[in-house]
Amino acid sequence: MKRFTWFNATSLALGFSFLYLPIVILVIYSFNAGRSVAVWGGWSTRWYGEVFDNEQLLDAAWVTLKVGMLSASVATVLGTMAAIALTRFGRFRGRLLFSGMVYAPLVMPEVITGLSLLLLFVAVDFDRGFWTITLSHITFTMCFVAVVVQSRLVGFDKSLEEAAMDLGCRPVGTFFRITLPIIWPAVVSGWMLAFTLSLDDLVIASFATGPGATTLPMKIYSDVRLGVKPEINAVCTLMIAVVSIAVIAASILTKRQEAEREKAERAAFAAGG
Amino acid sequence: MAKTLGPVRRKFAPWNDPAAKPLIEFRNVVKRFGDFTAVDDVSLGIYEREFFALLGPSGCGKTTLMRMLAGFEHPSEGAILLAGTDLAGKQPYERPVNMMFQSYALFPHMSVEKNIGFGLVMDKMPKADIEVRVAEMLKLTKLEKFAKRKPHQLSGGQRQRVALARSLAKRPKVLLLDEPLGALDKKLREETQFELMDLQQQLGMTFLIVTHDQEEAMTVADRIAVMDHGKLIQVAGPSEIYEQPNSRYVADFIGDINLIEGRVSGIEGGTIRIEGTSPAVPLVVDDAIATTVGATVWLAVRPEKVRIAHEAPADVSHNAVAGTVWDIAYIGDVSVYHVKLDSGATIRATVANVDRTVERPIGWEDRVWLFWSRSSGVVLTS
Repeated sequence: MKRFTWFNATSLALGFSFLYLPIVILVIYSFNAGRSVAVWGGWSTRWYGEVFDNEQLLDAAWVTLKVGMLSASVATVLGTMAAIALTRFGRFRGRLLFSGMVYAPLVMPEVITGLSLLLLFVAVDFDRGFWTITLSHITFTMCFVAVVVQSRLVGFDKSLEEAAMDLGCRPVGTFFRITLPIIWPAVVSGWMLAFTLSLDDLVIASFATGPGATTLPMKIYSDVRLGVKPEINAVCTLMIAVVSIAVIAASILTKRQEAEREKAERAAFAAGG
Repeated sequence: MAKTLGPVRRKFAPWNDPAAKPLIEFRNVVKRFGDFTAVDDVSLGIYEREFFALLGPSGCGKTTLMRMLAGFEHPSEGAILLAGTDLAGKQPYERPVNMMFQSYALFPHMSVEKNIGFGLVMDKMPKADIEVRVAEMLKLTKLEKFAKRKPHQLSGGQRQRVALARSLAKRPKVLLLDEPLGALDKKLREETQFELMDLQQQLGMTFLIVTHDQEEAMTVADRIAVMDHGKLIQVAGPSEIYEQPNSRYVADFIGDINLIEGRVSGIEGGTIRIEGTSPAVPLVVDDAIATTVGATVWLAVRPEKVRIAHEAPADVSHNAVAGTVWDIAYIGDVSVYHVKLDSGATIRATVANVDRTVERPIGWEDRVWLFWSRSSGVVLTS
């Protein structure tokens, strides 16, 4: 443990203000009574009320939620399958190519992913809208799920699956009874990551969308171009609240599980024998 | 129970009965991984109710042989038969054998009783019967108190017993044990070895154990197969493996051994005369082994069969050699003397410490005689 010094304190303060000052200002101004976003006019929650009266905004939020849920769920299934194929089936032909191709979207600029998806949808004459956004979100979040699940599978003791088969369990049953319950936390965090990415995405959604399907980030972006209205601040604050609650809940849950596990292990150790 | 087991065990030797049919049969089994031959033309019969050990250093193919029986690997050549049926094409979940894994492979998300009952649930056994069987297994392995615990709440010894109970629950025809006691400390391991033997007798099952620990194999098994580089070197009972090894490899792998190289100089009935070359000592052995005059052979003498004394024995014309004590290892129950001969070779002699004090103990750099009887050595030709 280092002692407190003015240098450390200053760099800590600077670092945190760099990260959080914009967010703090946004949150404070969402409670601004005035119409201007730059001039403080006293405390009020009126913009929150207006958010819930703004049907366009609520529609966009609903679309975003639906796209996020649906695409995260499909991406989790596909990503988990890819991760299992990559870790389990040894060296099949084209494994290297396949694993490279799964990871490529991780580093691909979003503009390129979006544009190529748009070209595809146009080429096959797919009506652009809700479904194309969902499809494109599945495409780009799937690889994130694959990475998360794969990292859990690498440390997985294969003899657990062999033991299940030895005891009379068929391969499919083994996956659902043994493998999936054990890697479940990784699958859940993969889903949460995919959902957050989908919630977040502006670029790919803009390319893949059509008339009638607007996600919340797209709506906010287009509104801001016409001037920042205080109710945007309120919407953003709500989003920050939702994300923070989810992250904090997830970390508390894992911490508690870890603590329980440690406690049980200590008890077993003390019991000995 | 031990009283009734003795006679049963002593008489049990179906491998000497030409009419007996083995339960498990390996027929010219070969297993290759790419260029590497893990199992090389193994033919072996294991009989019902036998406790059979596969013994060898790591990488000798013993685990591969067992995994082929469980169905996790498939032979490149040859066949494996169980009770007369070829196992080729049978998946692990279709074979009436169960395995206890070296890592125990307990399902971490299931309680002890769920782990033990897993195989029974897979067999679609009625719920009430499963409960009865699981309770029986918990009692057998003294785990009643831990039924509701998860594996990470158990000690190493308890986990080992859960793994054993789980693999026994389905009453398999054959139980495979892959280094089952490797993770336990010495005391617990020895206790568990005797528990395993009792259990095997009690349940009347066939046990196949894979181990690299020769003492463990000698303790538990009716017969031992010593393996090296994918081949079976010798298959025999523990005392035969120890007293009648068929090669220098087996003699050296099991216990401690002194090897003296030499040339056969005469064969008369059941006695072989050997001109020892390294170290140079004339040898006479009562051993009826097939060999010819002039052939190169080795005499193998166990250290505990070599006697050590300050005075020369009555007859020093053969099986006797003088040297200087080089090193003494006092182990407690025995002392091991490393004696350097005048030729430079070393012979070891083990002496049981029968009395707490000795009048004239053998010390470092003492001149001593080493000698052994005509029946204590074995002549090896390979």
